[in-house]
Amino acid sequence: MTEFLQQLINGLSLGSIYALIALGYTMVYGVLKFINFAHGDVYMVGAFAGYYLAPWVWKVIPAGQDTTRFSWSSSAGAFAVLLLSMAVCAVLGILIEKLVYRPLRKRPRLTVLITAIGVSIFLENFGQYLFGADPKSFPEILPDRAIEGLGDLTVMVNQSVVLVVTLILLVALHFIVMRTKMGTAMRALAYNPAAASLMGINNDVIISFTFGLGSALAAAAGILNAINYPSIDPLMGILPGIKAFVAAVLGGIGNLQGAVLGGILLGVLETLVVGYVSPMYRDAIAFAVLIAILLFKPNGLLGRVESEKV
Amino acid sequence: MNRPKTWLLVFVALIWAASWFQGAINPYYFDILITIGINIVLGVSLNLVNGYTGQFSLGHAGFMAVGAYVSAAMTIFLCPRWLAACGGGSTAESALFLGALVAGGFGAALAGLAVGVPSLRLKGDYLAIVTLGFGEIIRVMVQNTEAVGGSRGLSIPARETGLFTTYLAAALAVYVVVSLVHSTYGRGFLMVRDDEVAAEAMGINTTKYKVMAFVVGAFFAGIAGGLYAHFKQFIHPEGFGFLRSVDIVVIVILGGMGNTPGVILAAILLTILPEGLRALAALEALPVWLRGMIQNRMILYSLLLIGLMLTRPQGLFSGGGKWLRWWKRRQA
Repeated sequence: MTEFLQQLINGLSLGSIYALIALGYTMVYGVLKFINFAHGDVYMVGAFAGYYLAPWVWKVIPAGQDTTRFSWSSSAGAFAVLLLSMAVCAVLGILIEKLVYRPLRKRPRLTVLITAIGVSIFLENFGQYLFGADPKSFPEILPDRAIEGLGDLTVMVNQSVVLVVTLILLVALHFIVMRTKMGTAMRALAYNPAAASLMGINNDVIISFTFGLGSALAAAAGILNAINYPSIDPLMGILPGIKAFVAAVLGGIGNLQGAVLGGILLGVLETLVVGYVSPMYRDAIAFAVLIAILLFKPNGLLGRVESEKV
Repeated sequence: MNRPKTWLLVFVALIWAASWFQGAINPYYFDILITIGINIVLGVSLNLVNGYTGQFSLGHAGFMAVGAYVSAAMTIFLCPRWLAACGGGSTAESALFLGALVAGGFGAALAGLAVGVPSLRLKGDYLAIVTLGFGEIIRVMVQNTEAVGGSRGLSIPARETGLFTTYLAAALAVYVVVSLVHSTYGRGFLMVRDDEVAAEAMGINTTKYKVMAFVVGAFFAGIAGGLYAHFKQFIHPEGFGFLRSVDIVVIVILGGMGNTPGVILAAILLTILPEGLRALAALEALPVWLRGMIQNRMILYSLLLIGLMLTRPQGLFSGGGKWLRWWKRRQA
C-alpha cells in the first residue's frame, strides 16, 4: 500500500508537469485549431532560461544561493527564477507566432503543421548549438530534502513544491480565462473567430496573448521539472512535449480542464507502468494511450462531440 | 511495350553495366552513391503517402527499421543454414540477399497494414502524431527484443548491398510509384488528397486507397531499411527514430509533395549537402559562430522547411513541367 501511495505521489508530480504543458497545446488549439508542435521545445527553453538566469538572480539576492535550509531569500530567489523564465518563454512564444505562424494563418493545415515541425527542429538544434549538446546540471534553487513525519513515504520538498506551484498556476489561469477581459476574448475567439472579430476583438492580439500564456506555463513546467530532475539538455523537450500533447488529446483538445485531467492521468499511468510492469515501456505507454483514445473516443474524455461540416 | 517499362529496362541494364566498375570507385564516393540510392527509395515511397495521397506520415523510419531488422535477421540466422544446404556459391548468396530484402519489405508492409488500418481513420495533425507514435513504438519494441541485439544494436557480417541492388530498388520504387499514380489507383490517391469528402461521395473507398498507399510506401521503406542494414553493417534502434523520419519528410517537401522527379532531385541534393556543408564548416575564412552553426545540418534543414512553407509550399523543384514543355516546343 505504501508503495502504491508512493507511486501515486510520484505520478501526480509528473502529471502536473504534463498538465502544465498540455494547457499550452490546448489553448493554442482552441484559438487557432492547430497543434503547435514546437511547444515541447519551449518547455526546454524554459529550463535553460532558468539555468542561465539563476546566477543573475543570485547577484541580486545573494542569500538565495544558500540552499542548506529553507529561508525567505531562497524561496524568493526560486520564485524570481520561475517568473523570469516564464517571461522569457512568453516572449519567445509570441515571437514564434508573429514571425512564423501568422503569415500562414490562411494556408492549409498541413503547411502549418510542417512549419511547426520545422520550428521544433530549429529550437532543438539551435539549442544544441547555443547551449551545447551535453546535458547540463540545473542549479539547486531550493533545498531538496524529504518531508519528515510521513512514515515510510518519501515525499521530497521539491515534489510538493511542484504540486503547490502547479495548483497556484491553475487557479491563476482559471481566473485569467474566466474573469478577465482578455480571457473572455480568448473564449470568444475559440468559439467563433469571425464573430469575435466583428464584436471588436483584435484577434491578432488575443492570439499573441494565448501563445504567451501557454509558453509561460510551459516554462514553469520546465523549471518545476528541472528542480526535481536537474539534468537538462536541448532535446529534453521532445518526449514531454509529445506526451503532453497526448494528455491534451486524452482530456479533449481545446478543453482546459480536460488538459489538466489528461496530464494527471497520463503521469500517474506512466509511473504505475514503470513501477509495476517495466521501465522499458515508459515511452511507449503514452503512444498506446493516444492510439486507444483516438480510436475509441476521439474527442477525449471531456471534449465536445463535433460534427464535420462539408 | 510502354514507355515507363522501356525506361526501367534501359536503366537497369545501365546500372548492371555500371556495377562492374563498382570496385574502382573511391570508397567515399561509393558511400555517397549508395546513400543517395537509399534516400531515393525512401523519398519516393514516402511521397506516395505524403505527396500523392495527402496523408502526413511521420513514421517512415519505423518501417525502415522493420525492414532492416527483418532482413538482417534473415541473413544472420537463416541464410547461412540455407547456403550450406544448397552448397553455397556467390549466385546463391546474392539470391538469398535479394530474398532477405524482399522479406524485409513484406515485413514492413505488414507493419504498414497493421498501422494503417486503425490510424488512417484520422486526419492531418492527428495522423502525423499517431504515425510518429507508431514509429516510436516500433523502436521501443526492437530495443526490448534481445534476439536482435536490443539496445546494443545488431552487427551484420557481410556487406551485401552494392550499386546494382541499391539502384535496382530505386528504379523499381520509382517505376511502381509512377505506374501506380498513372493508373486508376492513382486517380483514387489524388482524389483522396484533393477532396476526401467528394471522393467518398463519388463512391470511392477512401480507406482502401489510403491503406494501399501506406502499405506500398512501407514496403519500399522496408527495402530501403534492408539495403541500409547490409550497407552500414550495423543497425541500432536509435538510428530509426523521429529525426530519421524528419530527414525523409524534408526530402519529400523540398522536392515537392506529389512530384516524383523533384523528390529524386531532393534526395540527391540532400545527401550531397551535408558533405558540402562539412567542407564549408572547415573553411578558416568563415567566422567561428557560422562554422559552428553549419556543422549542425538540422539547423539548416529546419530553416529550409520553414522558409519553403512560407514562400514555396509546393517545393523547390515544382514547375519542372513548364520547362519541359518549353523544351519540347523548341524541339518541335
